[in-house]
Amino acid sequence: MVSFFTNLINGLSLGSIYAIIAIGYTMVYGIARMLNFAHGDIIMIGAFVSYTAISSMGLPTPLGVIGAIVACTVLGVVIEKIAYKPLRKAASPLAVLITAIGVSYFLQNSALLIFGSDPKMYKSVVPFQNVQIGPFLIPGTTIVSIAVSIILVAALQAFINNTKPGQAMLACSQDRDAASLMGISVNGTITLTFAIGSAMAAIAGVLLCSAYPSLSPTTGAMPGIKAFVAAVFGGIGSIPGAMIGGLVLGVIEILGRAYISSQLSDAIVFSVLIIVLLFKPTGLFGKVIQEKV
Amino acid sequence: MKKYLTTQDAASRNDFMTYGMVLAAFIIVQILSATGLLNSQMKGLLVPLCIYSIMAISLNLVVGILGELSIGHAGFMCVGAFAAAFFSKCTDGAMPDILRFIIAIIIGGIVAGIFGFLIGIPVLRLNGDYLAIVTLAFGEIIKNVINVLYIGRDANGFHISASSANNLGLDAATGEIIVNGPQGITGTPKDSTFLIAMIVLIICLVVVLNLIHSRDGRAIMAIRDNHIAAESVGIHLTKYKLTAFTISAVIAGFAGALYAHNLASLIATPARFGYNMSIMFLVFVVLGGIGSTRGAIIAAVILTLIPEVLRFLANYRMLIYSIVLIVIMLINWSQRSRAWMEQHKLGRFIYKKKSKAKEGGA
Repeated sequence: MVSFFTNLINGLSLGSIYAIIAIGYTMVYGIARMLNFAHGDIIMIGAFVSYTAISSMGLPTPLGVIGAIVACTVLGVVIEKIAYKPLRKAASPLAVLITAIGVSYFLQNSALLIFGSDPKMYKSVVPFQNVQIGPFLIPGTTIVSIAVSIILVAALQAFINNTKPGQAMLACSQDRDAASLMGISVNGTITLTFAIGSAMAAIAGVLLCSAYPSLSPTTGAMPGIKAFVAAVFGGIGSIPGAMIGGLVLGVIEILGRAYISSQLSDAIVFSVLIIVLLFKPTGLFGKVIQEKV
Repeated sequence: MKKYLTTQDAASRNDFMTYGMVLAAFIIVQILSATGLLNSQMKGLLVPLCIYSIMAISLNLVVGILGELSIGHAGFMCVGAFAAAFFSKCTDGAMPDILRFIIAIIIGGIVAGIFGFLIGIPVLRLNGDYLAIVTLAFGEIIKNVINVLYIGRDANGFHISASSANNLGLDAATGEIIVNGPQGITGTPKDSTFLIAMIVLIICLVVVLNLIHSRDGRAIMAIRDNHIAAESVGIHLTKYKLTAFTISAVIAGFAGALYAHNLASLIATPARFGYNMSIMFLVFVVLGGIGSTRGAIIAAVILTLIPEVLRFLANYRMLIYSIVLIVIMLINWSQRSRAWMEQHKLGRFIYKKKSKAKEGGA
């Protein structure tokens, strides 16, 4: 029983990291209508920046984390301006998808050239070790991951519902043309979305590498795909959906690994996704859009 | 729509150019290799080039003609590869090599087609990005399952296990492990030659181009252009979607069979059958001009050659490749560059290609 709860908590920890990444995916999709395949690699860049700042340059931990957030925010905005914006009105939505894949390759290979291919040992940014709660020994990173994800989702919801830029984001996600007629700067809003999404990716990168301390240029790829799956699972475009989707996915992955088969854990995650989509074709919280003729 | 009726000739001319291009490529390669101008590195690339071209044709059928995004096509290739290699391993020596290889290719196609059909039934109910993610999920599941699959054979027949080779319970004297989990299938006969790969490529081309111009093909493209309108004139959506998806899977299975017989050992690694591979096929299709079969083949050849040609750049190779990819996409698709090219009369080639892609020509 104790081991079941330990697994459950580990699953929630991994799931909360997926949730943070998935929220970035889902926001960009909801507002810019594109799948940002480079999102997973921004996670990796965030982890590398904090690694360089903390382990190589010896800066204090909070400074390293803030540096990673700033670097990723700038990176996200620059990528959007250079690579995605010119293609926003392209004839095919696939054009920007392929460009995003190009950006993903670019980030991975830049990191490969700068940092090399051998995995780096990432020093956890969480200062305390394990915490004993009743019979359970819970790792510090787990507590921090779960807490950070809850804080971020609450803050994001408050931002979207209570501030003008947040309302502008909501408006853009519903109807971009109508939003621009109301005087909302659509370009500015999309840039803001990329900034927020990338900042969250940096945080996710730091947390991910604190929990699983091996850092290489492809670190972000698989969590990126899993988070994409989580976003679809919860209904792409929905922030609470991404949160729930991430948590469920993390729990399924860890429990599947512990009780069914460690080699098949990915297959289990993806099978659950397929089953959910068969019964809820737009994900758990996705809006069913009626097509008009 | 009116244009369809009048462009019948243009369409067949267009197909003729596609066949001509492939045949010309074949003849040029034959001349080059006969005169010894082809180095061994290029010779080793010939079969993969055909395989990737076949994959480009296959995916173009789903993405360009049917209009659905699939990012798990490497999964079908993987199924076809393992089915064909399994057959070849079991029947090696029992029949003439060339006959065995032909049957292996057909088996690869059929098994991949069955998977395509079975997956297509539930998947094609979804649309857009949801369909894409399910195809991705499927590709990852296939890869994952094959990595834990052990199949052995002894005098008593086949033994299957999902945990380890020792659990197969093989007879020590006659037992032979065929599929060895993460080690995959080793010792598949190396039958794939440029000639056979080229023949398969041309067969796939004939099938797909004829499909596009057939009644069924028109129905499939009608679904792509507007599925509501298509349904309202009596086109059975599921039937035609499933037809296109299954044919595409069969072709991917052929490519997989060729792939399996081109390697000494077949392993379902992420690099070979993972999502990156599926994405690479998608890049071929999009860069070739979505819906253009000829464009997809050209893109497949160029994009396979670029990393090889850039080999002298060593570590910078993939970095340059990614920059080239981004720049080509920006030049080809952004509104500003299109307007500039139109102004300077440079865009005629691209525009022509695009308008044809819209018609669904070759």
